Amino acid sequence: MLTFNYSIWILVLPAVMFLVLGLGGKYMKPVVSGVLGTITMAITTVLAYLTAYQYFFSVGKAADGTYKAIEAFNFEWLRFTDTLHIDLGMYIDAISSMMLIVITTVSLMVHIYSLGYMKGEKGFQRYYAFLSLFSFSMLGLVVATNIFQMYIFWELVGVSSFLLIGFYYTKPSAVAASKKAFIVTRFADFFFLIGILLLSYFTKTFDFGTLTAVGAPCFSSFAGGSFLGISAISWTMFLIFMGGVGKSALLPFHVWLPDAMEGPTPVSALIHAATMVVAGVFLIARLFPIYLFQTPEVLHLIGYIGAITAIFAAVVACTQTDIKRVLAFSTISQIAYMITALSVSGYDGHDGLGYMASMFHLFTHAFFKALLFLGAGAIIHAVHSNEMDDMGGLWKKMPIANWTFLIACLAIAGIFPFSGFFSKDEILAAALHHDIVLFSILFIAAGLTAFYMFRLYFRIFHYENKQYHHAPHDAGPSMSIPLIFLAVVTVVAGWLIPFDTLITADGKAFESHIDPLVAGLSIGIALVGIVGAYVFYFKKNEKPDQVATSLGWFYRATHNKFYFDEIWMFATRSIIFKCVSKPMAWIDVNVIDGFMNGLAYVSHQASEAIKGFQSGRIQQYALIYLVGALVLIVTFCGWLVAFITK
Amino acid sequence: MGEFITNLLNNTIPIELYLAVTTIVFFVGVYGFLSRKNMIMVLISIELMLNAADINFAVFNRYLYPGQLEGFYFTLFAIAIAAAEAAIAIAIIINIYRKVHTIYVDEDVSKMKY
Repeated sequence: MLTFNYSIWILVLPAVMFLVLGLGGKYMKPVVSGVLGTITMAITTVLAYLTAYQYFFSVGKAADGTYKAIEAFNFEWLRFTDTLHIDLGMYIDAISSMMLIVITTVSLMVHIYSLGYMKGEKGFQRYYAFLSLFSFSMLGLVVATNIFQMYIFWELVGVSSFLLIGFYYTKPSAVAASKKAFIVTRFADFFFLIGILLLSYFTKTFDFGTLTAVGAPCFSSFAGGSFLGISAISWTMFLIFMGGVGKSALLPFHVWLPDAMEGPTPVSALIHAATMVVAGVFLIARLFPIYLFQTPEVLHLIGYIGAITAIFAAVVACTQTDIKRVLAFSTISQIAYMITALSVSGYDGHDGLGYMASMFHLFTHAFFKALLFLGAGAIIHAVHSNEMDDMGGLWKKMPIANWTFLIACLAIAGIFPFSGFFSKDEILAAALHHDIVLFSILFIAAGLTAFYMFRLYFRIFHYENKQYHHAPHDAGPSMSIPLIFLAVVTVVAGWLIPFDTLITADGKAFESHIDPLVAGLSIGIALVGIVGAYVFYFKKNEKPDQVATSLGWFYRATHNKFYFDEIWMFATRSIIFKCVSKPMAWIDVNVIDGFMNGLAYVSHQASEAIKGFQSGRIQQYALIYLVGALVLIVTFCGWLVAFITK
Repeated sequence: MGEFITNLLNNTIPIELYLAVTTIVFFVGVYGFLSRKNMIMVLISIELMLNAADINFAVFNRYLYPGQLEGFYFTLFAIAIAAAEAAIAIAIIINIYRKVHTIYVDEDVSKMKY
């Protein structure tokens, strides 16, 4: 497709910038590398907008008004058979165009913000190199033409996430967090890989276009295959979903995300709120027709996992005191929202509301969550602490942070007319039409969301007037501009962008309208949450402590994140390490190494024994030679005699 | 004894006698080469072995191919080589003596191997 020729630069530019900054960064001044990275990202952003604009408004729309996917590029990279080959290319359709916009915008904002936030940090150039690497990987992930390319970039974003969480590599907690994030997601990706292999084994293709075509014939070969009473295709799709569980921090693989907050705050905004963690949602959305038509039971399970995660993370977020951790749990909860929305979606027309709502929420969430994280970064920058207890009464001192944070909180709580209201409303409406249980869970989670977000807001900006060592004040323009920009997007994104005509499951536009019942209910519960937070946290008082005491063990369990970390610790330390790893290590050390060491020992001893022969004394050599010669002669003579006498 | 002298005069000494002598000389040389620690004595032992071989050449030529001279030439050739070899060996021994002040192979000379 000639018209999208320039779009390859969306991938190439950040990759080149990563190499330039990574290899040449130490010869540059920090500012130069930062500005270079930012300018490159700005160009990439323009190109991404151009691509999306072209897709949505001129090229993408087929004659019948549906949006068809376009393969802008496709290079065959690794060939197995005629039908099974791994390609690298660019697959531009509604959701990948939308993701291009989300990623490049948030990434650009984070690039600009970091110029101020990371100023004077050691390894500034390295930081920008990693940001470029991450942008490249994430963009490659969303435009993947086939599931294997997606997997490749999926791992690449995992690596860049690892590198950025562990950016402060001299801090043991950051190192531990980066390892945890990498290992947990990698563990989940292992299932993902098995799923991919199973899928390609049965369907003989990796290609998204073939896989997601409605009524694709390639699934017939799955027929009859089953394992443990569950059909092969259900296993396959469930295993693929497990990759998404890891990346998108759903239960029970969510444990890495709160710890990932050890990274620099802009990184949390970019990777662990707006882009990378929604990769799982994107994956399900990408394969949505398969889930819907081939394995509806798996999709149903996904919905319940999502809903439980949503309520679980919302409850935990109410008790955390580290502001970034509150935001992390809120991210987990919101992503679970998106996943659940996908599970309650149909395909055609208005049935596809859940799909559209999920993508809509992904879009709006990316902006308001990035805004929340960047705002939290500005606050941390000013107060030099992550803990709520060190904050309070900042609303006068940091007006920009205050207003932008408030807008983001209103958006995530789902208050009209901020963007979160529209997307969350669509999700709740879709859930209500589909499954009343899921709706109720999401509904309660929505109230909790409003509560914990405003708890956060009041604790930071009101609560009590703290005395600070240095008077906190709003940061410079490089940090304020992204905040203001994202706040504007958060305000307008909900009603400005017609998602129901642009991004739908089947590509056809449909009319979605705000259901007054659902809208009323969701605003109502959000207001209840906000008022609750106001009562507890607007002014310092004893009520929160009283409630905490009265809840007893439940509060303690929540505060400790329902002991998931401990359960994982127990599972790995006491079960996997003790029962699997230790015996394996024993075999490795004693049997395999023992065999090798034995070989070495034997040859060592043998050489010790015979090295005495090489004494350097000619006379000894001569004697040995003589004896040898005599032995040979005697033997030969004896043999000769025996031969003759025979 | 009389017969032996007669044979000697008539050139009828059996070849075995010559070979017995050369064998004895050779093994005396071997023994000396293996047992002597003085490098000069080792050198002399080598010369003994060479001489035994030379005598063998001459004897075999004389008894097996009386009309030819190759064995004698070989003998002369080997004597010349032995002379050159002795000269070189003694030069080496003198140099070793200058360095380590001994010509006994089991003393400081052995450190040359390092």
